[in-house]
Formats: sequence, structure tokens, C-alpha cells
Amino acid sequence: MSWHGVQRFLQNYAVLILIVLLMVALSLLSDSFLTFRNLLNILNQNAPLAIMASAMTLVIIAGGFDLSVGAIFAMGAVSSAYIALHVDPFLGLFMAPIIGLGLGIINGFAITLLNVHSFLATIATSLIFRGVAIVLSNGRLIPVRMDDFTWLGRGKIGGVFIAVWIMAIFAVALSFALTRTTFGRRVFSVGGNEEAAILSGIRTHRIKIATFALAGLAAGLASAIAASRISLGQASAGTGMELQAIAAVILGGTSIYGGKGAVWRSLAGVFLLALINNGFNILNADPFYRDLTTGLIILAAIGISAGGARR
Amino acid sequence: MHQELQLVPEMTVAENVFLGLENERWGVLAKDEAERLEALMRSSGFALDPGSVVADLPIAEQQKIEILRALARDARVIVMDEPTSSLSKDEVGQLHEAMRTLRDEGRTVIYVSHYLEDILAVTDRVTVLRDGVHVRTGPTSDETRGSLVSAMLGRGKTETPFPEKVPPVGRETILDVSELGNEAGVRGASLTVGKGEIVGLIGLVGSGRSEIARAIIGADPARTGDVMIDGRPYRRRTVAESARRGLVMVPEDRRRQGLVMTMRVRANITLPHLARIFRTGMIRSGKELSRTRELMEYFRVRPADPDGDVSRFSGGNQQKVLFGKWLAEKPGIVILDEPSRGVDVGARERIHQAIAELAAGGTAILVISSEISEVLGLAHRAYLIDRGRTVEEIDPEAHSEATVLSALFRHQAESDTDPGKGSAAGTRTGTGEDDRVQVTA
Repeated sequence: MSWHGVQRFLQNYAVLILIVLLMVALSLLSDSFLTFRNLLNILNQNAPLAIMASAMTLVIIAGGFDLSVGAIFAMGAVSSAYIALHVDPFLGLFMAPIIGLGLGIINGFAITLLNVHSFLATIATSLIFRGVAIVLSNGRLIPVRMDDFTWLGRGKIGGVFIAVWIMAIFAVALSFALTRTTFGRRVFSVGGNEEAAILSGIRTHRIKIATFALAGLAAGLASAIAASRISLGQASAGTGMELQAIAAVILGGTSIYGGKGAVWRSLAGVFLLALINNGFNILNADPFYRDLTTGLIILAAIGISAGGARR
Repeated sequence: MHQELQLVPEMTVAENVFLGLENERWGVLAKDEAERLEALMRSSGFALDPGSVVADLPIAEQQKIEILRALARDARVIVMDEPTSSLSKDEVGQLHEAMRTLRDEGRTVIYVSHYLEDILAVTDRVTVLRDGVHVRTGPTSDETRGSLVSAMLGRGKTETPFPEKVPPVGRETILDVSELGNEAGVRGASLTVGKGEIVGLIGLVGSGRSEIARAIIGADPARTGDVMIDGRPYRRRTVAESARRGLVMVPEDRRRQGLVMTMRVRANITLPHLARIFRTGMIRSGKELSRTRELMEYFRVRPADPDGDVSRFSGGNQQKVLFGKWLAEKPGIVILDEPSRGVDVGARERIHQAIAELAAGGTAILVISSEISEVLGLAHRAYLIDRGRTVEEIDPEAHSEATVLSALFRHQAESDTDPGKGSAAGTRTGTGEDDRVQVTA
């Protein structure tokens, strides 16, 4: 491979290389790292974030940003716990993704009707959504100690957590939609060159609304899993998760300018962030350095993939 | 001075004039711009209120600010690029007066314009450029409109031969546009294109050629007028609906409007046709590849790789991909906006050949080009465009580049002197004050 080829390979697969390096290092440093149990735990713990990052990938490829998914997560957690407590636990779990979908569609319309950048629109809607969650929960925790509610976050099928199954199915479905369907093509074209997409007869507003709807759906689904796992709904749930999801997408190598990216990259990004956390835990390292280390690794990954790549 | 004004609209006249030249003391602004401006205006003879906010002023006043800005920097040479393109007749007169004042002070003014009357009225010497090449420089008193036009033409450059014109296969009109008008600068465009016919649109820069095309396909909303396809009225036009009815436009700017540079060739080719080619919503690679290969072969695109990265292709090959993208679903009407801009000779010839073959197959074609010779060489008929309206229909065989150009300037001058027409010919000003009129005499 030529030097140029090596460089491109590094840029393309920076996140995978970092994962391999980190896994090798952690395996050498600790016996308990490279066990099926530990790896499965990492996946399970990060399933909600991975679901949200998968959908965020589509938003970012289409040239947008969704800063409201953390607030939608809170709305999902509060309303699923509320419905579970007052109506039916199954319905509560079922309604969280539906509510998320509805809020995502509201985001989409706010952006396309007002014709404002999604960054601004979703800052505003995130305050509104979380505000509603606070009002709805009266600012209190909503505990739901019912087996009919907690099975989703804690149960296993075939030795693997249900949450991991859901994450896998969701990510595969989105990946399929993005790479194998006409919808995916349109998503790429909107982020790659919006004007060319419009002149190609693509209804770009619909595509944008669809990506935000999916991001909302994902946040609702993730919140159902999380609320079920801790048997609790609260309005402060998901705080900062929108930034983690965006960081994971960018860390994976999806272009922040839109038009380029893949769902697997975001999963890799989530996994890399999770490995750093896990490393701190199993090595008993000083947690004061956790944010610092995470930041440095994100900077390194972005640096590698940006190195001369953009014209 | 730039064609588009480069002022900060929220700031005052004085602040704009001295932008970047503020007097300061330890980083604190002295706020003495108003006094300095008074002094400057006394010496230059321009009168403006230093405290007015720029956004509230008419364009001509804003032009003066640009001039004062140059004077504040003690400019010896002031270049004005199309400064009159958004001025009324009175304002043009004021600007010319200002230019004479500057000259009498011993400053040099370079006046770039395609309004020949303005050039003849105010300049001392004139230089003619064509395709970036110097043609001649001489005293303005030796020039007339006719002599300038012929200098702008020069001798034709080594032109590749155009494909032979085949008479249109049928007589029926496919596309019928009447009195189209909108807010993007179309003010009464009427034209027809028949089956297998190539029709050209010729106009000077900024005459609204592309805007007419955009209005026809529905990229910009139209205010007035009708479009008929095959004799049936087509209202509520959108780009998607146009493509469904077989009416497509190959846009002029392939990087900005045409291709999605982050996608592969095959994804670009099928982009406008996704719903028709893949009815289930699933991309079938085999189908897509065979379509793409077919078109790439027809246009001889190099590299002939359907998975190629289109951003790395040469301009000519990008243009072929862009053309091919719109032919993938065999449209009935094709509007080509600058089909060979910025491409090499080989690609140009191939594109011209494809246009001729397309017409021979019965497609109605509307071709727009800033190169008059290209339109004359390709089209069966052509329309002259002036300020967003079709002003004359011509037979390309009976015309040369020279006669077309002088006809265009004649139309320009006619609508200048005709107050009725002139008042409708407001140009876009960027301030929302669209009633400003381009009238020069």
C-alpha cells in the first residue's frame, strides 16, 4: 500500500484502530477485561446510548443536529413510568417510543417550517420537552417496582440481555435503511448537497423530518429500556446524552458536514467511549481523570480522520 | 468597489466609511468618525448624513458610501464593477457626476460595465476585453456602440464544428410557455419548443436566462403566466412533478446545483429517478449498475467506473455525468443551462453530439448558453432575452454572433428609453426595494 493509501486507511478506520489498541492494552492490564461477561455488560449498559447514536447518525448525515434527544429521553422515561403506574406497565413501555416519535416529528416541523438551523430549533425544543417532563412528574421521581415494567431493561433472551437484542435489531434496521433503500439515498443527498437534491426533485423537508422522527423514536425506545432497568422515571434522565450521542457519531468518523457516514461507525464510537469508562472501572484508576482522558481520545480520533481529508 | 455592495447594513454611514480605520486610544474607540466624514465630504463634494443607518438608505446613497470609503483610504485608483446595475436613471446620473469629480481631482476611475451607453457617456478611454483577452484600448471619442460590439466579438476562436442540424421530426408543440413572470426576475417570458426541436435562449449576463428555466420547471414559484405540456396546462409546478412529466433541467452549476459530490457516480445518476427505478424502495445494485454503465458508455465518461468518486472526475466528465443523470429516464423535454461551461473540447463535442441525437430522437430541447455561437450552432430557433422577457425570436441560420449581439444591445437601449418598459425592469437590489429601476440613457 502506498503512503497515501495508508493515510486514507487510517483516516477511514481511526475508530476501529483505537478500539483494537485499547482492547489490547486493557487485556494486558487486567484479566477480567476480556471476558464474555464483561464485554456483554459493556454492550448492555450502553444499549440506550447506542440506539440513540444510531439514529443520530441519520440526522447528521442529512446535515442536521439534534440537541433535544436527551430531553426526549426524559419525556419518554417520565411518561412511561407515569403510564405504567396509572394505566398499565406494558402500555407505559410501549408509549415511550411513540411519544419520542411524536416529539421528533415536532422537531422536524419546527426546523422545516421555521426554516432555521436544527441546532437552534432543537435547543429550544429540548428546553420545552424537559420542561414538560418536569411538570408531568411534578419534579419528583416516579418509581415503578413492577416485574411487568422491569423485564425490558433487565431480562435476557438466549443468555443475552433483551436491551442488546433491541439495540442490534434497531442498528441493523437503520443501517439497512441507510445503505439499501431509496430513503437512505435521499438522506445522503440532502446532507451532501441540498440544492442539488432539491433540483433532483427530492422533497428535502420530508427527509429531514423523517430523520428527526427517527431520532425521537430512538430516544423514546432508549428511555423505555433505561427507565425499566432502574424501575424509575425522572425528569433529569438523559441529561447530556445528546452530546454523548453526537460525540459517538463524530468519533466514529461520520462527517459533521453531512453527506458521509455509517451507522456501524456510531456503534464503534459508542463502544470506544464505553471502553474508556470500563477501563477506568476495572483498573481502579482515579475517576477524576476520566473526562480528561475521554476528551483527549475524542480529539485524537477527530484529528486522525480530519487530517487533510476535507477540501 | 464590488458589484455587490459590501457594507455593514446595521452600522451608520460614518462607521462604514471608516471601518477598519477607526481612531482609538488604548483600544477604546475615539468615535470621531462623524467629524472625519464631514471633512471628507467637504473635500469631495458628496453629501450624506453621517449618522444614518446604511440599511435605511437607497442603493445610490450606498454606492456613494463605497466611494467615500475608497476616498477615506486615499485611493488613487478606484475600480467600480458594474456599479449601475441596481440604480435608477437619476442615480446613474449622480454616479457619473461623482466619477467626473473624482477624475478632476486627479484620481483614476476604472469603470467595469456592460451598459455600453454608460461607458460612452462618462469615460475618457475604453478597453475591450473578450474571454479574458485584451482586444483594444482607445479614446472613447473614437468609439460608437457599433464599434464596441464588433470589438467584443472579434474573430471567432477555433470552434469545433457543431453536429449537423436535423430538421425537427414533428410539428406538434411539446412545451408552450406564455407570459411567465415571478419575483426572481422573470418578467414576461413566452416561448414554444416542438418535438425534436432545439430552441435556444440568448441574453446578456444577468438577463434572466436561468431564472426563466427555473420558473418553467418549478424550481422558483411563478407569479403569472402559463406552462403547457403536450397542450395540457401544467400548474402547481414542482421539480419532482416536472420530472414525473418528463420535463427536466440540467442546471448550470454542476458543483453547487448539479451533483452531490459526496456520492458515487451511480448514486448521482439515479438520484432524480429513485421512485421510478426502484418501485419497492429497495436499491437494486444490478439494475443501478447497468443503467449507469449504459449512460457512461454513451457519453464516454472516463474513468468508466460506476462506483467512481465523482468529485475526483474532470469538469468535462462531471458534466457528462450530470447530463446523463437527467437522461436516465428518457425525458420528453430537456432544458440545458450552460451545457458545456468549463469543459474540455472533447467533452464539449460529445455533449453537443448527444444534444443533437436527443433531438433527433424526438426530445424537445431548450438550450441556454452565454456563448452565442454555441446556441446559433445547435438551435433550430432562438429567443433573445432582455431583463427577464423574451423580446425577439430569431432564425440562427440568418444570424451571426455580431448581428445577435447588436440586436441584444439594441433591445437593451430600447427598453432603457421606453419609460413604460423601463419601469417594469427593476433589477434585484438585495434590499427588498424592488421598485428601483434600471434606466440608463
